Amino acid sequence: MSNIQVWTLVFIILSFGTYIFIAWRSRVAETEGFYVAGHGIPTVANGAAIAADWMSAASFISMAGLIAFLGSDGSVYLMGWTGGYVLLAMLIAPYLRKWGKFTVPEFVGDRYSEFVRTVAAGAAIIISFTYVVGQMNGGGIVFSRFLNINITGGVIIAAGIIFTYAVLGGMKGITWTQVAQYTVLIVAYLIPAVAVAQLVTGIPIPQVSFGQILDELNALSAEFGLDRYTEAFTARPMIDIFLVTLTLMIGTAGLPHVIIRFYTTKTVRGSRYSAFWALLFIALLYTTAPAVGAFTKFNLLEGVQGKSVDALPQWIENWSGTGLVTIAPDATTIESVSNSADAGADLTINNDILVLASPEIAGLPAPIVGLVAAGGMAAAMSTAAGLLLVISSSVSHDFYFRRFRKTADDRERLLVGRVAMGGAVVVAVIAGINPPAFVAQVVAFAFGLAACSFFPAIVLGVFWKRCNDKGAAAGMLAGLVVTISYMIYTLEVFGTAENEHILSISPEAIGAIGAAVNFIVAIIVSKATTPPPKHLEEMVESLRYPAARRTPATGTTSEPPPEQDVS
Amino acid sequence: MARTEDEGQAPSEGDWRREYWRRNLRLMLTLLCVWFIVPFGGGVLFVEQLNQVSFGGYPLGFWIAQQGSIYTFLVLILIYAVRMDRLDDKFGVSERDEEGQRR
Repeated sequence: MSNIQVWTLVFIILSFGTYIFIAWRSRVAETEGFYVAGHGIPTVANGAAIAADWMSAASFISMAGLIAFLGSDGSVYLMGWTGGYVLLAMLIAPYLRKWGKFTVPEFVGDRYSEFVRTVAAGAAIIISFTYVVGQMNGGGIVFSRFLNINITGGVIIAAGIIFTYAVLGGMKGITWTQVAQYTVLIVAYLIPAVAVAQLVTGIPIPQVSFGQILDELNALSAEFGLDRYTEAFTARPMIDIFLVTLTLMIGTAGLPHVIIRFYTTKTVRGSRYSAFWALLFIALLYTTAPAVGAFTKFNLLEGVQGKSVDALPQWIENWSGTGLVTIAPDATTIESVSNSADAGADLTINNDILVLASPEIAGLPAPIVGLVAAGGMAAAMSTAAGLLLVISSSVSHDFYFRRFRKTADDRERLLVGRVAMGGAVVVAVIAGINPPAFVAQVVAFAFGLAACSFFPAIVLGVFWKRCNDKGAAAGMLAGLVVTISYMIYTLEVFGTAENEHILSISPEAIGAIGAAVNFIVAIIVSKATTPPPKHLEEMVESLRYPAARRTPATGTTSEPPPEQDVS
Repeated sequence: MARTEDEGQAPSEGDWRREYWRRNLRLMLTLLCVWFIVPFGGGVLFVEQLNQVSFGGYPLGFWIAQQGSIYTFLVLILIYAVRMDRLDDKFGVSERDEEGQRR
């Protein structure tokens, strides 16, 4: 066993042990605990749990690598995956917390109708399922690289741990383990980033210091025949960048596994501050990622430039075993680098390894490499657990008990919730080991689907009392039809041919247009049909005020903070 | 987006409700304008023009897209949460227990 493997094993065992311990401490006995952690999670902890829930294997492992190869256009992920929290904080979180039940389909069911609830539950399951398969596979890759266990074994170990704490503790167990997982993943991300920043520029704050190397990186990129790093619109045209960013923002605000995280706070006020803490914790990683991307690309290009194939740095040999780094057979010296095998470059590097390999690329010691492996696992597992909870609650709470067993006691509800969770884990393992061909394509489009279905229905439900069930159903279906048909039109999935992009709008960007269609159709159909009944108007009215009005308090309450300027 | 209700004299019960909601919407829409202008204006539509300006080693447009937008989002949420606390208190709808302490 190599030094790196020993350290990886140490960190993996330590972190997994912690998760199991926390799970045992926070096991639950009621459905309210299982689905929404009893509405009892403190604000800051909930923010950390949201951050871990949100930052997936893709954020941790792939994003910096993507940015390294996309350069300026990688900004779509940075802006798109953070901007959604502003929408969540202002348009969704406080109102859904005030309503205070268990699932997202349940909200649209209460607000509109059972039919809309069923459509929503189906959409929630499909979105979460495609997303969870990617997490399982990501966890398997970490295991296979660092511990030489094959991907099947890795997936099964990761799923076993998730199974333990998700079935035992439901949302409560998941939330508290996510707090621990956030800590592991952010430490694992920041330490190598700070070390690399210090090594390259002498300033240990990556957010500040990567500006120092951009000029050199631009020059270096030019020598390799790549686009200038800071040049905008090299990978996608402006209209596409605009719409992809908007789709990712709206999609983030519409993803069921993110929205339910705001149900677990104690108060409406807590849900607003949770959004702040969540974005603060997320921003720690998201402002570091572009620095990691730039530094790693810089080190990579500088390390291999003009080297002959047998004099390459050691990390290339370490990683070539995974098949994620390949050297062209006819290459003698490295003169071109790419992330795509089709480019025929001398050195081909998969996006996914740049973060995992960044400590090795920069020559950092073995314990740090092991820590990064544990961080990657934490990111994959925390997101997978949150998604599995959505799947289990949609199946048990929104389908089974609504359609088949309308009267069931709390014990039975909890048991069925656990069985559904167990079933979801098993299905996720099978799919994670053999990802169905379409999943890899579809997972990137979960955001488009969430953007065109949930977001408009929820926002209209809160902000427009006149919106009725027919409008919401028609809007959701129209949004989904537009989005899915464009994806099928432009992508080679389900055996259909690939067609040219219309107006250079890529399939990742169509969700924003689907959302607009949803809004327009919902408004027109609502206007043309009868207004919703009185009790629904009253329900919407009650969502808008955090608590019943007290007679204006005198003296007992704390003084309001001093006036401050909004700008 | 809000339900259009005429601004005539309503019974006092409805008055504070409408006023609270109107202020919430005004705050929200102001902040959402900033939410839109900074990333989409600075980071996408005018990024090439802004890149001509250097900002601490970064081309300005590039910095807004990869750093500045995220900081802006954070500040926006904080302003919203703090201002809504104040609004809730002013209208007596903040969540407090029997002793008037925040829950």
